[in-house]
Amino acid sequence: MIIMENKLIVSLSPHVHGGDSVQKNMYGVCIALLPALIASFCFFGLGAVTVMLTSVLACVFFEWAITKFILKRDKLTILDGSAILTGLLLGFNLPSNLPIWIIVLGALFAIGVGKMTFGGLGQNIFNPALAGRVFLLISFPVQMTSWTDNVLDHVDGYSGATPLALMQKAILEKDPSVLNNLPSSLDMFLGQTEGSMGEVSALLLLLGCAFMLWKKIITWHIPVSIICTVFVFAGLLHLLDPVYANPLQVIFSGGLILGACYMATDYVTSPMSHKGQLIYGVAIGLLTVVIRNWGAYPEGMSFAIIIMNAFTPLINTYCKPKRFGEVVRKEAAK
Amino acid sequence: MKTFKIGGVHPEENKLSAGQPIREAQLPKQAVFSMFQHIGAPANAVVKKGDVVKVGTLLGEAGGFVSAPIYSSVSGKVSKVDVALDASGLRRMAVTVDVEGDEWEESIDRSKDLVKLADRPDLDGKTIVEKIKTAGIVGMGGATFPTHVKLCPPPGKVAECVIVNAVECEPYLTADHSLMLAHPEEILVGLQLVMKAVGVNKGYIGIECNKPDAIKLMTEKSAQYPEIEVVPLQMKYPQGGEKQLIDAVIGRQVPAPPALPIDTGAIVQNVGTCFAIYEAVMKNKPLIDRVITVTGKSLKQPSNLLARLGTPFSQLIDECGGLPEDTGKVIGGGPMMGKALLSLDVPMTKGSSGLLIMNNKEARRAEAEPCIRCAKCVGACPMGLEPYFLAKVSEQTDWDVAEQNDITSCIECGSCQFTCPSHRPLLDYIRLGKSTVMGIIRSRAAK
Amino acid sequence: MNLILLAIIALGAIGLIAALLLYFASQKFAVHEDERIGQVSAVLPQANCGGCGFPGCAGFAGACVKAADEGSLEGLLCPVGGQPVMEQVAGILGMTVEASAPKVAVVRCNGSCENRPRLVQFDGAQSCKVQQMIGMGETGCSYGCFGCGDCVKACKFDAIHINPETLLPEVDEEKCTACGACAKACPRQIIEVRLKGPKNRRMVVLCNNKDKGAIANKWCKASCIGCGKCVKACEKFEAITVTKNLAYIDAEKCKLCRKCEEACPKGAIHAINMPPRKPKTDAPAAPKAEAPVATNAPSAPTNQNTPNNPTNQN
Repeated sequence: MIIMENKLIVSLSPHVHGGDSVQKNMYGVCIALLPALIASFCFFGLGAVTVMLTSVLACVFFEWAITKFILKRDKLTILDGSAILTGLLLGFNLPSNLPIWIIVLGALFAIGVGKMTFGGLGQNIFNPALAGRVFLLISFPVQMTSWTDNVLDHVDGYSGATPLALMQKAILEKDPSVLNNLPSSLDMFLGQTEGSMGEVSALLLLLGCAFMLWKKIITWHIPVSIICTVFVFAGLLHLLDPVYANPLQVIFSGGLILGACYMATDYVTSPMSHKGQLIYGVAIGLLTVVIRNWGAYPEGMSFAIIIMNAFTPLINTYCKPKRFGEVVRKEAAK
Repeated sequence: MKTFKIGGVHPEENKLSAGQPIREAQLPKQAVFSMFQHIGAPANAVVKKGDVVKVGTLLGEAGGFVSAPIYSSVSGKVSKVDVALDASGLRRMAVTVDVEGDEWEESIDRSKDLVKLADRPDLDGKTIVEKIKTAGIVGMGGATFPTHVKLCPPPGKVAECVIVNAVECEPYLTADHSLMLAHPEEILVGLQLVMKAVGVNKGYIGIECNKPDAIKLMTEKSAQYPEIEVVPLQMKYPQGGEKQLIDAVIGRQVPAPPALPIDTGAIVQNVGTCFAIYEAVMKNKPLIDRVITVTGKSLKQPSNLLARLGTPFSQLIDECGGLPEDTGKVIGGGPMMGKALLSLDVPMTKGSSGLLIMNNKEARRAEAEPCIRCAKCVGACPMGLEPYFLAKVSEQTDWDVAEQNDITSCIECGSCQFTCPSHRPLLDYIRLGKSTVMGIIRSRAAK
Repeated sequence: MNLILLAIIALGAIGLIAALLLYFASQKFAVHEDERIGQVSAVLPQANCGGCGFPGCAGFAGACVKAADEGSLEGLLCPVGGQPVMEQVAGILGMTVEASAPKVAVVRCNGSCENRPRLVQFDGAQSCKVQQMIGMGETGCSYGCFGCGDCVKACKFDAIHINPETLLPEVDEEKCTACGACAKACPRQIIEVRLKGPKNRRMVVLCNNKDKGAIANKWCKASCIGCGKCVKACEKFEAITVTKNLAYIDAEKCKLCRKCEEACPKGAIHAINMPPRKPKTDAPAAPKAEAPVATNAPSAPTNQNTPNNPTNQN
């Protein structure tokens, strides 16, 4: 283009912008994850630091390498924060003692297959971090589910099975007494349990979620609908048959809060209208409880989100936002 | 506090000229009167080169029912009847007058005395509408729809109330605000005239709460008229949109096109229009001047000017301290819906509510990034549309899908683009899609 | 053994029922299509460019068959495949076609950055149609090219590109199939699909400005001002007409005498693919700014050439 100096610029309205940007949103989510990140470093020690660092660096590296050498785009996108966020979320979904090569493989799948094959940011169908996590879970089930002890955990005097595994065991053995081994809901809420790095402290994750709501990065629809659905569904089951765990324990165990607040709310893969978001959230809640209780894997959150990611285009097609004057229009049609 | 229900954004207010009293602008040396100052058929010029005109002399007669006549705002000699660049960026028919002196037509009452409705018992609805029509009054908020058309509801539609739009939700603009502070009584009489013209006995004045002085003054002054109610409104853009204002004030929503706002029983008039109606009916003064906000962060003296129509924008800028060096963009109107000017020599028209000068830094749009489908545009759209989707299908020229998704309901308020974190030119494409789809619908109807 | 037998019977029964269902469904919902439509479609280029005026190649094939039933293929032309394809189509339908002259897209604007300086700068979506909504555009010409490349996007044959120096589109005549997609995409109707002319030689007015001469002249050095000198130069063949201040050369009447080119005071008339007269210059479809084709005419384009009577026409 020719450089045009001292010429008036013309463009169509609006001539002002609210100042929001992709970076602000992406880094906003990263900031929201910080408390939980620091907590997981405290709980799991150096292993957690290594896993997280590997995951983030690998994601950023693959994003850079793929845009530069395979897609051959001039504009590099590593600074928009989306790859860092994917790395963080992937790391949160991994146990803290995972071998580094598996993490790198997961990052490659997350960025390479989950994101860049579809055309990069904004085009992917599945949440890249979850795609990577599910890929690793299916490929390396043993490594992915053998958690090290939470450093602060020994006071409770048990180790080994995670709350989710215990819950499933109770159902399989039809023995409600197994559930007595579960830590209390309060312990789970504060983060005194086993699991992947991001699955430990529900409190800090909710804190971050509140930050995102305050900053208007996300709306309340998806997290609230997921958590309420799980609470109601799990509560009903618990009332019907005590082999099913207490709904509070269900909510605070595993990756439910992480999934509901950070993974299901991923912009690209969640529905656009509020109505659609509620449907999406309710379906994720139902699927999660179903998979957790009667599925082969103890954790159903990631699968539920991935399944609903696939339904998102369909939801978008059928759930339009409420148009202005729609009520009047319907009345007029009658 | 009341507001409209769906969507909306909160742009920075930047009302730099708030509190500035209205200042009368100098007469221009040469005034240009575009024949396209309103929506509808253009006016037809009735003068020719060499004719001598006074202030208030008819220059162009209305070109149809949906049209408005155009009067000279200066006295002097017609020097040209030819195409000239106007604020819309097109070369269109215009009358140029070389100004000599300031002679007014005798019929215009130039006294400042307030004439109340009670003083003029001879006025009936029909006369009022006729006077408005002759005076060439159009919607002065910027839409420039001929006012007399709005006051003649189509058969079968009954008006129930009149709402005065004193919201001024556009950032920077303070023209309506300053007009309310200067002429509250006249505006109230103007509103009464409109109410009488359409035969209703309920009038509302909707004012956003960022103008507490105007709310207070209008409430005080309207106390003598029990049928008029001042409604303070919560701040939210685009509350000044006709449909949003009706929703905010009386809680009714206008259905999608082809329905009209009158379907809710409300007639909305801008404050400036009310004042012009007062002057036209009571003072016999056609629409020849208006209040315009000249503002901008780099401008020396952001002001509210009472300027004659046809004055070149460049002169208005000079009166406010001259064009700043770092000017990047000059906008006719507000920053959300105004039109960027191609040249500063274009004249102001009936719809010029503001002149905004942006510096180089503000003027440029940020580079567009891919859509991240964050749904913020969906949340911001006051019409409940899906801007990301409409922009996409318009870019792909998929007009059928655009039509099915109510692209014609778009009011072009710009909230979607304002809120887009990826800085996508959403409204550019939606506008393109909307105008194309409207064309398709029209040609289908013509068949 | 029993199990295997049962499986075979069960699967066989399911298969049979499904087959019957499919059979009846295909009978019931069968769409009867003239088989010639398929045959015609097969020889068409399948670019679905719409250049023929029908929605895609299948639509054109249907129209051909219908026209053949009515007795004539006249007026139907696949601009992409041209004559050879139409002969094939005619062969299938048992008809004959008359030869039609090949055409090419011509960009009728020579408002390069040099000829037509930019007055303002457009900042927005890169689309001519969007830019048209701001009014005149970046230059002072209300009829000229925006240079945003809607035509480039519309071309399915990679035959039109924006020249980065002039910011004008240039047509690759080898690749252009005269489908007309670019002409339709242009919001200002600058692109015309014209006869290619004998040996690809043709005379074209490279301007689309319908403003009065004074305005047209003010904003663009290469504009047609509607002075009508070319009309006088072409009195013999009457190929040139001036409507709305714009000269137009009727390609069918033009005898390529190049008198109009000499007569034009603004150099708006261009001789394309003609042998050079004195200095040798290659002339692509839209000649570059400083390569006006063979201008040895005495009245070389200068700015002093304001028309004597700018409003003589119209």
